[in-house]
Amino acid sequence: MASIEQIRKDFPVLDQQVNGSPLIYFDNAATTQKPKLVLDALNKYYSEDNANIHRGIHALAERATAAFELTRKKIQLFLHAASSDQIIFTSGTTASINLVAQTFGRANFEAGDKILVSNLEHHSNIVPWQMIALEKGAEVLVIPVLDSGVLDLDAYQKLLQENTVKLVAVNHVSNAIGTINPIQEMIALAHAHGAKILIDGAQSVAHMEMDVQRFDMDFFAFSAHKLFGPTGVGVLYGKRDLLESMPPYQGGGEMIKEVSFTGTTYNELPYKFEAGTPNIADVIAFSASFDYLNSLEKGWVEEQENALLSYATEQLSQIEGLKIIGTAPNKIAVISFLIEGTHPQDIGVLLDKFGIAIRTGHHCAQPLMQRFDIPGTCRASFSFYNTKEEIDRFVACLKRVVTMLL
Amino acid sequence: MALSINDTQEELIEEFGLFDDWADKYEYLIDLGKKLPGLSDEFKTEENVIKGCQSRVWLHAFMQDGKLIFQADSEAVIVKGLISMLIRVLSGHSPADIMKADLYFIDRIGMSQHLAQTRSNGLLSMVKQMKNYALAYSSQA
Repeated sequence: MASIEQIRKDFPVLDQQVNGSPLIYFDNAATTQKPKLVLDALNKYYSEDNANIHRGIHALAERATAAFELTRKKIQLFLHAASSDQIIFTSGTTASINLVAQTFGRANFEAGDKILVSNLEHHSNIVPWQMIALEKGAEVLVIPVLDSGVLDLDAYQKLLQENTVKLVAVNHVSNAIGTINPIQEMIALAHAHGAKILIDGAQSVAHMEMDVQRFDMDFFAFSAHKLFGPTGVGVLYGKRDLLESMPPYQGGGEMIKEVSFTGTTYNELPYKFEAGTPNIADVIAFSASFDYLNSLEKGWVEEQENALLSYATEQLSQIEGLKIIGTAPNKIAVISFLIEGTHPQDIGVLLDKFGIAIRTGHHCAQPLMQRFDIPGTCRASFSFYNTKEEIDRFVACLKRVVTMLL
Repeated sequence: MALSINDTQEELIEEFGLFDDWADKYEYLIDLGKKLPGLSDEFKTEENVIKGCQSRVWLHAFMQDGKLIFQADSEAVIVKGLISMLIRVLSGHSPADIMKADLYFIDRIGMSQHLAQTRSNGLLSMVKQMKNYALAYSSQA
């Protein structure tokens, strides 16, 4: 197993000075950094293989097509999906959710139907449902969150009881406060009441193992850029019968079988949902994310991140007036906090001066901020390439920043 | 005779010239923020909120003897410090002078990073909103 110093060298961006100090990157929930393997793959594709895929018969088109489809295969293995044609490429988690809302939702929602989202959701797992609900006369209801940041499962069961819920849309992990939701239980409950369920995996994929079949997921969405891959690539996994019964989303090339002015027939899965030239280069480079992750010792990522989370929680708790928002027993390495008498934005601006990147604000989860009656939080989110030494410097700088502000 | 807009800008540049490092500069800015009187609740209305800020910023403007007066408040103290400087430079001048003011001091005191769109602290929006008020009141001056 490589040392942490060696692992850090795999991520070129980490080795730089920001405002005269070594960069400390604690904004991994927003996007993760990319290993050199991914950067090289991106460069190699454009330098050696660039071609449009699927229809060309020349050598470059064949190489590009093979590489593109290989990524799909690796995602299938990563998610433990039954088949690679249940892996649909989109531009990101947001696009994947919108796809389900505009196809499954459009075909299945009727007036009076209920759609459940949780109070922990990112706006991208709220707004697409509000839009289709408005159009269909359906209603979006909210699974409440307890003070600890844990979802209220009793309330969830009550909401399901009347069997009027068509779809539940929840995140696996909260982006704003790090809560890991009990999705296995939530999926079983949804199914017991005749509802389908979509899991937003944007924040979980980088931190834990996935198994869409064992969890019996109907839909699972995530983004490559939060899994050490390029931006602009997202994935939608769906159960085969659902994907097959859903109407196409966007029309165009690739998604058709035959086109005529008297009628058009559509392509098979997954191409039915992949109109137009896809983001070939970034999909191909994303393949290297899996190679990189597979090169790490099994279980090490979770172990390293859990160690960082407990160390940072312990260190931060010693700062006077600091309150952690979200204290669920099951959390990923994300700490959202507020410090009495200070505004998150001021903390963020000053930490940046020390070369420390955290996120401040509402984290695209305004309903959750409203629930806790706070303007936003400071959020430090860790990845396996972060270190305890970075946490030490972060805590020391944070103390200095608080002294400056108070 | 009150200082002209540019006289005040020069004054600020001189004050900030005293600091060697960023920490001193920001401590001064924070101090300015704390000293800004702020707004009473009746002016902290939805209409007075400046959009595009990560923290809430309220700007209230009114005419007095042909001069445009600004008062403002924010939840974040650095933002309050920034707006306090804008008020010091612009408030109490005629709408015409405010409209044509070139706010070069922001760059000269090393705060131009706060003008960037990505900062979302709204310094850019504040300047724009102050100039919008000047434009709106210029017909009444």
